[in-house]
Amino acid sequence: MADFTFPTVAELIAKGETPDLLFWVGCAGSFDERSQKTTRAICQILTHVNIKFAVLGTEESCTGDPAKRAGNEFLFQMQALTNIDILNNYQIKKIVTACPHCFNTLKNEYPELGGIYEVIHHTQLIQELIDSGKITLKDGGHFKGKRITYHDPCYLGRANNVYEAPRHILEQLDGELVEMKRCKQNGLCCGAGGAQMFKEPEQGTKDINMERTSDALDTKPDIIAVGCPFCMTMLRDGVKLSHQEQSVEVLDIAELTLNAAGITH
Amino acid sequence: MPQIICQILFSLLSIGAIYWFVRNVKKIIRNIRLGKPINRNDQQKKRWITMMKIALGQSKMVTKPIPAMLHLLVYIGFIVINIEVLEIIVDGIIGTHRVFSNLGSFYNFLIGTFECLALGVWLACALFLIRRNVLKIKRFSGIEMTQWPRSDANYILFTEIALMSAFLLMNACDYKLQTIHIQHYTPAGTFPISKWFIQLLPNNINTLIAIERTGWWFHILGIFAFLNYLPYSKHFHILLAFPNTYYSNLNLKGQFSNMTSVTNEVKAILYPNFTPSSTNTAEHFGAKDVQDLNWKSLMDAYTCTECGRCTSVCPANQTGKKLSPRKIMMDTRDRLNEVGKNIDKHGTDFQDGKSLLDNYISREEIWACTTCNACTQICPVNIDPLSIIVELRRYAVMEESQVPHSLNALFNNIENNGAPWKYAPSERLNWAKNSQ
Ligand code: SF4
Ligand code: SF4
Repeated sequence: MADFTFPTVAELIAKGETPDLLFWVGCAGSFDERSQKTTRAICQILTHVNIKFAVLGTEESCTGDPAKRAGNEFLFQMQALTNIDILNNYQIKKIVTACPHCFNTLKNEYPELGGIYEVIHHTQLIQELIDSGKITLKDGGHFKGKRITYHDPCYLGRANNVYEAPRHILEQLDGELVEMKRCKQNGLCCGAGGAQMFKEPEQGTKDINMERTSDALDTKPDIIAVGCPFCMTMLRDGVKLSHQEQSVEVLDIAELTLNAAGITH
Repeated sequence: MPQIICQILFSLLSIGAIYWFVRNVKKIIRNIRLGKPINRNDQQKKRWITMMKIALGQSKMVTKPIPAMLHLLVYIGFIVINIEVLEIIVDGIIGTHRVFSNLGSFYNFLIGTFECLALGVWLACALFLIRRNVLKIKRFSGIEMTQWPRSDANYILFTEIALMSAFLLMNACDYKLQTIHIQHYTPAGTFPISKWFIQLLPNNINTLIAIERTGWWFHILGIFAFLNYLPYSKHFHILLAFPNTYYSNLNLKGQFSNMTSVTNEVKAILYPNFTPSSTNTAEHFGAKDVQDLNWKSLMDAYTCTECGRCTSVCPANQTGKKLSPRKIMMDTRDRLNEVGKNIDKHGTDFQDGKSLLDNYISREEIWACTTCNACTQICPVNIDPLSIIVELRRYAVMEESQVPHSLNALFNNIENNGAPWKYAPSERLNWAKNSQ
């Protein structure tokens, strides 16, 4: 596969154009090798449906989410105000994110600091695309008979009440969506939120991601679907440590969509 | 005792009970007001609806159907049987007997309902006691569930059982006295439950009257005592659940509070020409002690029912970490009571050298939180332990720079590279290149 061909906002502006949609990639989506696959899947979907989108590229910077959750409001606001300057300068109106943490921060915490945008998570965008018939998950049998369970990211679910869009997409696949015993409002955290991703856990009897992975494995899944790069890391580690990586895949909903829709370019 | 003395005694006791209750409630209100301001007076319609649904309708209890049903029974019983207390108070003051009985058949209906509810409450409380003490449900244990909180729960249940027993006993005697046409005990009310006990009662009229009077006095004195026990107990939630849900955080759970005091400082760094619109900066950032929290967090602390639902869904607690959101709430309340007592004794400026952070809540606890909001989601009275945790973190980070090592590295990376990891900003687009 060749390099991706899509512009950065700066390039579009230089041509006198503006993007209809900004894809906010996020730090995990930019740097984490596994999450880069999700990033590419989202780009392929956006390209496939001919949305005029762009990324900030090297102008993107951390939203400040982990700093804010960890109590470092200074650092958060430094990040936020700098990002808002860039976004407002480019007159960005609509943003899609691949990460519920970026989603939550941009959508709920930037407005008070002067950054007002329409922000959606990529699962919401994919649902819109399915509903409007722009993509169809015809599914060449790839998921036939497969059991798929979905892990609710805290910052998409409880934090923002988005429970249905991801499920709506998964129901389009010809696999079987099986719920974990703790799901939706009662979903258990993967253990990464609140800046835990970046520190050692406190003394305990178990790691949170192992607890959550066993919830997922209890459903006897073939696929664990996620919508967050941190959940991806946590659950993949959990599956590996449970020696299930041969039989259970952890995939982002964007990747599942890409496969089912047969998008190859 | 002559009737008039009883009336005077009763009136004095009522006044005393209400006086003490009001006095203690005022102290709690004063303590809550020690908190920092936060505006929770907007969106009034939504607030009323939230209160109606969650406090009155108990909509968040249903996730656990069995305790929800039992709790509902006790709750309805509590409210409805209080109509009877009204009658008792009027009778006590003016010396009548069953003053509402001229309501006729409606009165019969009322008394019948009270009796059925009283039996229901009795049974529900007995089942609650069994759940707590025999079945030893895990939710009711934990490091914060020390001797006092456990006893508190049991005292409440025993008292309710005693009150209901006294009520039924009083009715049974009354009914028996009515059937043998004793003057003063004019037939009034139907007694669907207590009538089954009249065979067990003595036939001596004076003894019957004595038992009836004892039941009556025990019931009402018990209620006065209970009223005055409330402000010291988790049972205070029966009152605070209403304002506490009314003043709920109506924003999305993911939106953490914005610190405007920080915005001014950050803008001054970023934009050299910036002049802050107001000069009032916070004394310090975040919370070290209860007075640094906003008043709603303090109201939360007094509202907590210690039910432990939050702790039972907390990912940190469920994997053996020390953090327990219920403990966060109980510690906040205990510290606030301590601060309140200090004010009573030594005046407002007194410092006891203690604080919520460290003396009550440890660093280990606040850093174990994943900010997942499971606790705020499940709490039946919309308590927010997470906002307290975040305020304590803010203090630790911004006032003390005391954070776990790895978080310092995180902050440095974000500050220098614009990412939580050590990657250069110039590498941000590399994902588009190595696409395999
Ligand atoms: S937000 Fe923190 S305290 Fe509350 S349940 Fe989650 S980890 Fe526990
Ligand atoms: S905070 Fe809420 S859920 Fe937790 S113990 Fe108190 S009342 Fe129960």
